[in-house]
Amino acid sequence: MADMILTADAVGGVKSIINDKLISENVQTVLVIDGAGNILAHCGQDTDGVDALSLAALTAANFGATSQIAKLIGENDFSLLYHKGEKANIHFARLGGEMILVSIFGDDVSLGLVRVRVDELAADINRIFEG
Amino acid sequence: MALIDLGRKEIHCKIVYYGAGRCGKTTNLLYIYNAMSDNDRGKMLTIDTKGDRTLFFDLLPLNLGKISGFDIRIQLYTVPGQVMYEATRKLVLKGVDGLVFVADPLKVRQERNIESLDDLRRNIADHGLDLKEMPLVLQYNKRDLCDTPVPTLSVEELEQDLNQVYQVPGFEAIATKGPGVFETLKEISKRTVNYVANKHLFNK
Repeated sequence: MADMILTADAVGGVKSIINDKLISENVQTVLVIDGAGNILAHCGQDTDGVDALSLAALTAANFGATSQIAKLIGENDFSLLYHKGEKANIHFARLGGEMILVSIFGDDVSLGLVRVRVDELAADINRIFEG
Repeated sequence: MALIDLGRKEIHCKIVYYGAGRCGKTTNLLYIYNAMSDNDRGKMLTIDTKGDRTLFFDLLPLNLGKISGFDIRIQLYTVPGQVMYEATRKLVLKGVDGLVFVADPLKVRQERNIESLDDLRRNIADHGLDLKEMPLVLQYNKRDLCDTPVPTLSVEELEQDLNQVYQVPGFEAIATKGPGVFETLKEISKRTVNYVANKHLFNK
């Protein structure tokens, strides 16, 4: 896993397309993180009560753990995870390579929309961050 | 992997405390957490502890000032030490930039220390890294036990067992009370930040 250098242009570009595709549709918060749990980009509400650093570390670990579960059933990896809460829902998607996109949204946003938009974003975010 | 954010002028590094079960990895983090001001530390995350044993990992984010205008942000992690959690240890090591190996001085744990260091070397190699090339320091913890009748190992014996190959700084410590905890943190932080900064900021 190589070190990663973020430029202001790259982060700005990624935030702009996330704002356009997800935040504009009422998704509350979106994080782009890497496999080590570092936050690469953070969009939307500054999530009172949500500790983004812990969320990123746990997400990376969760993906690591579920990829082991995937291997137990003959899959290479699970590319997305979704948890439904009473008020808030969370969707995790692997963006190819080592990056993971985390979207937190309420019941006013449909899961289908989030999935479609995340699929649309994946290639662009990869291109911007990984070149 | 280190993350260098040129826009926000931040360097993020990951340091993992490694060692056999019950050697005091989480105790190190707790002491650091309690001793640092709110401005310099984030929330300490301790996950799924069963009794007093770490099942997944602990995380403590710290701010360690500036170097060349870049804010240094360090994330301290621990691993579960028990032999059976090897897969979890490997997960936590993903993207590591610096390592502290915490050694237990109890004579009955001599083999465990050696096995754990070997387990670290193997797990690091599985991530495509060489432990000899990485920032590493040793911590000889629980030195207060040496004053009790419990059979313990001397620092020389621990050096002989663990530091022959790596020849890195070793610190005597009592993580429950504080001696050696910040000396260890200071040295591994310095080595890790130098390693990352030399690679990306100064050698251009």
